[in-house]
Amino acid sequence: MDNTQIKEAPQDASAEGYNTPVATGGKSMEIRNLKAYYGSYLAISDVNMEIQPNKVTALIGPSGCGKSTLIRCLNRMHEVTPGAPRVEGEVLLDGQNIYAPSADPVKVRRLIGMVFQKPNPFPTMSISENVLAGIKLNSGRLNHAQAAEIVEQSLHRAALWDEVKDKLGKSGASLSGGQQQRLCIARTIAVNPEVILMDEPCSALDPIATLKIEELIEELKAQYTIIIVTHNMQQASRASDFTAFMLAQDGPGHLVEFGPTQQIFTRPTQKRTEDYITGRFG
Amino acid sequence: MPARPTFERELRDLQDELLVMSSMVDKAISRSIEALKNRDLGLARLVVSDDQKVNDKRFEIEEKCILITATQAPLASDLRTIVAVLNVITDLERMADHCVGIAKIAIMTGNEPPLKPLIDIPRMAEQSRSMLRRAMDAFVARDVAAANAVANEDDIVDQLYDQVYRELLTFMLNDPRTIDRATHLLWVAHNLERIGDRVTNICERVNFLVTGRMEEYKAAKQV
Amino acid sequence: MEQARSRALDAGVSPRERARFAVRRTVNLVMAGLVGLAALIGVAVMLFILGYVLVQGWQALSPTFFSQSAQPLDFDAKGQPIAGSGGGVLMSILGSLLILGLAALISIPLGLLAGMYLSEYGHGKFAFLVRYVADVMTGIPSIVTGVFVWSLVVITTGHFSAWAGALALSIIMVPIITRTVEEILRLVPNALREASYALGVPQWRTIVKVVLPSAASGVITGIVLAVARAGGETAPLLLTVLGNEAINWNPSQPTDALPLRIYDYATQPYAVRIEQAWGASFILIMVILVFSLLTRIATKGKKVG
Repeated sequence: MDNTQIKEAPQDASAEGYNTPVATGGKSMEIRNLKAYYGSYLAISDVNMEIQPNKVTALIGPSGCGKSTLIRCLNRMHEVTPGAPRVEGEVLLDGQNIYAPSADPVKVRRLIGMVFQKPNPFPTMSISENVLAGIKLNSGRLNHAQAAEIVEQSLHRAALWDEVKDKLGKSGASLSGGQQQRLCIARTIAVNPEVILMDEPCSALDPIATLKIEELIEELKAQYTIIIVTHNMQQASRASDFTAFMLAQDGPGHLVEFGPTQQIFTRPTQKRTEDYITGRFG
Repeated sequence: MPARPTFERELRDLQDELLVMSSMVDKAISRSIEALKNRDLGLARLVVSDDQKVNDKRFEIEEKCILITATQAPLASDLRTIVAVLNVITDLERMADHCVGIAKIAIMTGNEPPLKPLIDIPRMAEQSRSMLRRAMDAFVARDVAAANAVANEDDIVDQLYDQVYRELLTFMLNDPRTIDRATHLLWVAHNLERIGDRVTNICERVNFLVTGRMEEYKAAKQV
Repeated sequence: MEQARSRALDAGVSPRERARFAVRRTVNLVMAGLVGLAALIGVAVMLFILGYVLVQGWQALSPTFFSQSAQPLDFDAKGQPIAGSGGGVLMSILGSLLILGLAALISIPLGLLAGMYLSEYGHGKFAFLVRYVADVMTGIPSIVTGVFVWSLVVITTGHFSAWAGALALSIIMVPIITRTVEEILRLVPNALREASYALGVPQWRTIVKVVLPSAASGVITGIVLAVARAGGETAPLLLTVLGNEAINWNPSQPTDALPLRIYDYATQPYAVRIEQAWGASFILIMVILVFSLLTRIATKGKKVG
């Protein structure tokens, strides 16, 4: 991947505030006393975490520990989940609370993108339309050249360009699972976020496609802060710089241990972390 | 029932193999000194030839470690166990090589009259063997305190070595004709001193195994 | 192990087990046959109706049948109506199109929006009420709808009109469209909505630009079904548009419609008129058939997933 070329790309392509993706650098996030509810059910309780900019932070834990709920709280996607969702506490993006009354969830989601468990390209759109979806759906106007540039750069960054450059007009659904997921990453990159959240991005992919995504994550962290939920312990240990272990034993999901990945996977301080990552949980 | 029975059995087997190897080394120390003391060339040759078995055992364990790593993806304490085992077998294998060194000296000096009755050297050997056994017990028990105590006893080996060294130096100064034999004995003592150091390494590994910290005793002591 | 395998695969099974296997195979065959037969009957009924209507109305289907409005019958010397006389049903075809067009104009936006509301926003008690009312309304006998609109519109305005008919048909169509659209939009995977939200797209844009296009073929099918259903309704039209022997383009005036004409002609004592009723029936069926076929072709390949 030729990342340098992307960074030096001309930046005069702005139209209606939309720029070609440029390296803005990831921002830090801080989670303070976060609680998430479904109705009266407390799903996660009192999570406090500091997420370093331009690092990959992995959330691990058994099913139902609230890690997906937590990640969805980080770009206000929790509140569009069915089941009377509610959030208490603060999530700061670069010092600003995304749950402040004045914070617009729609804007928050443009700054904090999300990639989902199952690749979900828009089935009615072509590959290039998918990449531009975030801009086009928000009625951003682009001329042909700008659109082409955004498509190419985003796909380049998502390490997909070489595979799809000859079939940009084809449906996104025609791609393989791994390619679809990279298309979804390209789509997220195209709106220029500062943080990218990934909710088990490889759980539907084969091992090779998984490794490609992991390589991509490694490259992307130069420009974005990345938070990834994963069930795959090896993936967390390979792809992340920090790891948070969550558990929902006897109560709501909470943070058990948070620290450098290297430490969590070689010498965790908590017995429950040790039991989980060595597969002796439950 | 354990959560990962196969994996846990494999780890247990691995540790058993390690104990087998350490007892092979233990035997090698005792035999090499016996051979030296009794000028038993047969026994000395046995130590040399048995070294191959130790080496084989070491590779066997190493392969097991690789296999477990590849198939079970060990993490945290499991990962540390594997890494510790890999390190300990290297130390054990080197200890066996030191025994071969002693046995070869026994073979070399076999026909010469003894310089003096061996007292401190067998004591060094006994001390090293005792330390080795207790270090392995500490390994199995994941007992940091015991391992630290064993490591501290390395001083005794070092003191004995100093004593032997001074004594042999006196022999050599008094009678240059003894230089040859005294040097041979000095090698033996040096080998035993190295064995003691290797035991300390094992104790360090026990520490790593339990705490995940990599620290060297010697470094702290020498300062 | 060896034993188990041979028991599973080998022919050396007990006669009882073999008999059981034979029974199972037979039952399977019979069930498959029954299912196939049921499907065949469904198709056969449709073909039979079409064929029967065609045979009965064949003689009426002349070019003038399509190009003329209703004319008085010509009688021969014996006082019998002359075959081929009596004009055509052009005014009914055009009338049906006018009424259905107006009804579609009213009910498609209404049903679409209501369906979108139920699928995308409707969680509370109000949504439950809307859904419940829509379900009840689909079950209201169409004659009741006719009476309702008659008393509400025809009586108050003082005359029958295409508007009144369109209104009556809309009352039938809106709940059908609403519920179909709701169901179809619910089939759109939530993942697509989430993908859109995660790109910072507001909810209404997500619905209009992501959800609706993904469900386009289903939504159109639902609308076509509603139109087809309304197109065949007679009772509500009887009391609202009255019928008209001549072509009428004024929505405020009494208008003719195919089902109405069929009903009218079918009750007349003349064989010629009854034949024309058959012919009109054939046209009605064909119009609906062609219409749904066209939408099928138009929306082909635009499926969710």
